[in-house]
Amino acid sequence: MKSTTLKNKIIIAGTGLFLCFFLVIHLLGNLQLFLPEDQAREQFNWYSKLLSGNVFIKIISWVLYLSLISHALYAIIVTIKNNTASKQNYHYDKRNFASAWNSRNMGILGTILLLFLIIHFKDFWYVYKFTNLPIDAAGNKDLYEVVVQSYSQLWYVIIYEISFVALGFHLLHGFFSASRTLGLYHPKYVKAIKIFGWGYTLIITGGFMAIPLYIYLK
Amino acid sequence: MKLYLKIWRQLNATSKGEMVDYEIDGVTEHMSFLEMLDLLNESLIQLKERVIEFDHDCREGICGQCGVMINGRAHGPLKQTTTCQLHMRSFKDGDTIYIEPFRATAFPVVRDLKINRTSFDSIITAGGYIGASTGQAPEANSIPISYETVEASFDAAACIGCGACVATCKNSSAALFVGAKITHLALLPQGKIEASKRVLTMVDQMDKEGFGACSNTEACEVECPQGISVLSIAKMNYEYNKALIMKK
Repeated sequence: MKSTTLKNKIIIAGTGLFLCFFLVIHLLGNLQLFLPEDQAREQFNWYSKLLSGNVFIKIISWVLYLSLISHALYAIIVTIKNNTASKQNYHYDKRNFASAWNSRNMGILGTILLLFLIIHFKDFWYVYKFTNLPIDAAGNKDLYEVVVQSYSQLWYVIIYEISFVALGFHLLHGFFSASRTLGLYHPKYVKAIKIFGWGYTLIITGGFMAIPLYIYLK
Repeated sequence: MKLYLKIWRQLNATSKGEMVDYEIDGVTEHMSFLEMLDLLNESLIQLKERVIEFDHDCREGICGQCGVMINGRAHGPLKQTTTCQLHMRSFKDGDTIYIEPFRATAFPVVRDLKINRTSFDSIITAGGYIGASTGQAPEANSIPISYETVEASFDAAACIGCGACVATCKNSSAALFVGAKITHLALLPQGKIEASKRVLTMVDQMDKEGFGACSNTEACEVECPQGISVLSIAKMNYEYNKALIMKK
């Protein structure tokens, strides 16, 4: 079989849904940051240590890296093909009327997310894994301090909030679009998934947006 | 009424086209959009100029031949309306109207507003039919099919292949057209037999013809003159995924 665009879309959908699942776990872990400061520090650092030491988590994280890379890579491949298919521009174009702007601009939203991820990985993932951090009372690396320091800067909080808005619009279209690509066509379940997608997006986006604000305002 | 038209003129597939301004007077609100173009062409003939060529056939909204971008939208401003069924009462005196052909790499312009939609035919040829020998027309009631299934299949079969979905898609994707054809046949007992093979060959052909991928923006359903549901795209994806998994 030749490699078709539909197959590429399946890869984008599948990896996208895995990333959606990861966001839930990531947010649940981050909820520990809402605890009172002493407790949050101990608990969050313990949790970070737990994640970095576990073989099962290690495998999942490799799947995560692979998903991120292939999600972006295949999106680029499909976009190149789409651009070749629609090179001819209209002189007067009102087609935007017929669809939601975020559904047409998933690439731009995705690029914002990719830039965000570079910052995010550098400031937390890289710092935790490859630099010497101070040790907390329980003997774990004090990642909590890094979080608090980062979110005490207004510009840093703003970058995060903007990225989460982009994430929200990306999820809003991406989640239901993935379900269609995977072949969910029954009207009843299509409607259910659309409502579920809205709820999912609001909770995930709201949750992630609340963390930097909470720490900044504290 | 008097109208100011900006129309795409292009001599042939290889030449470079451009938007040309025309003024037309004496248009009545009862004229269809194509009759308005006929009126303009008559005046061009009297001036011994080359007429504006456009696709049309039945002029009653069922053949799928006509179709242009009118003020930046496929088949103009109305919902579920072909270009021939759009009437000049949708415009008012002094309006400027932009008229362009449906544009996509897979739909090369032949001349002016006339495009080549052979790519659609090639997709149908690749598998959009039932290959089994069916003999003579059988007694209709000998194959039990539920009313709902018949209606769903017919809703998909209503696609007239005009290409508005491709023209309005930001990716120039033919997913709605192919989805409609797949859904139409996959729902019926006669079509189910070859459903797997059909979806694989038709989707492959869709790619070969140079159409883009579906981003599920759902703009196609909005502009489709037959109101084909985007769920037929999901049904195509379902049939495709099933065929990939079950393929021997």
